[in-house]
Amino acid sequence: MRVGVLYSRVRVEEKQIFESLDQRHIVYDKIDDRAVTFNLEDTTPWKEYDVIIERSISYGRGLYATQILNAMGIPTVNMAHVAALCGDKLATSNALAQAGVPQPSIRIAFDKQSAINAIEELGYPVVIKPVVGSWGRLLSKINDRDAAEAILEHKDTLGSYQHSIFYIQKYIDKPGRDIRAFVVGDQTICAIYRSSSHWITNTARGGQGENCPVTPELNAVCKAAAQAVGGGVLAVDILEDPQRGYLVNEVNHTMEFHTLAPVTGVNVADLIVEYALSIAKTNTRKNVMKTKPSPFQPNFFPEMQNSPFHHPLLQPLMGAACHQ
Amino acid sequence: MATNIAHCPECDAEIELGEVITGEIIVCPDCGVDLEVTNLSPLTLELAPMEEEDWGE
Repeated sequence: MRVGVLYSRVRVEEKQIFESLDQRHIVYDKIDDRAVTFNLEDTTPWKEYDVIIERSISYGRGLYATQILNAMGIPTVNMAHVAALCGDKLATSNALAQAGVPQPSIRIAFDKQSAINAIEELGYPVVIKPVVGSWGRLLSKINDRDAAEAILEHKDTLGSYQHSIFYIQKYIDKPGRDIRAFVVGDQTICAIYRSSSHWITNTARGGQGENCPVTPELNAVCKAAAQAVGGGVLAVDILEDPQRGYLVNEVNHTMEFHTLAPVTGVNVADLIVEYALSIAKTNTRKNVMKTKPSPFQPNFFPEMQNSPFHHPLLQPLMGAACHQ
Repeated sequence: MATNIAHCPECDAEIELGEVITGEIIVCPDCGVDLEVTNLSPLTLELAPMEEEDWGE
């Protein structure tokens, strides 16, 4: 078994992943995405890897690297088709809508005037987000028409073409917090509340974490969201709407967990490694690839009936996370 | 734990580091800039790359 870990910088998360691989005595290579090159016609340098864990800090690098590796037949955590759906909010919302997963009302427009029309159809306040972005960057809460006109003009004039793809979300009157849930395969392992007096609750923007019990209802919506984007190791962000209940805000495919792990007591890094090993090419515990489907099809991996996440040894771990 | 001394390339502050690995990010305690450990022998700190538009989860 040989594992690769594609990374940009060694954060707490990457250190913990390396530690888990060391403890499991897995042979692995650290692959710096600044140093790596790919010859699309030469799979030789990559064939030795049974699985690659993608931990790039850049969405673009991680997406293209996993596309290349998957095309060469190398499984990645997460798979490129999952990254493509998660890293672009419009793609995520599309997938959620097609799967009937509850999310805030969304409107998309490509022109300032049609965007104004869509915003006023939804009703103020709304939130406009870049389709690609993270850590709470460049989010606009728009409370009235004056703000809408100003924001749209600034995005249209100052941003790249992507900023003129107007992704408009109805503002959700959440109770001063959102929920970040950690889903592996078809199991919601644990979750935290992220509280903030600001409407943006990312921990990168100062949101504070506390444990959130995983109820059957929360598990169901998180599992549905994960399945809608193709499954893997995912962080699902949930908003609590006073009328509609749990709504999926977004799904993250290269999750950070320096708050989630200590707050819940769950060894997230080890579960990521465990999942990677379970989908690796030389996994002998089950026949993962009975056929050879395209890596770009959703549900690339069949239902993991023998998933290690149903293993009795993991039940106390999940039980502790659920019942704190 | 072994202690290594390095200097911030931005403000020249002396930084005491415990065990670090290449690629790790350190924050200068004096000027607050993000630094990356680019080499262990000799111990080298460089300014870390700035956040890009597509960085994140």
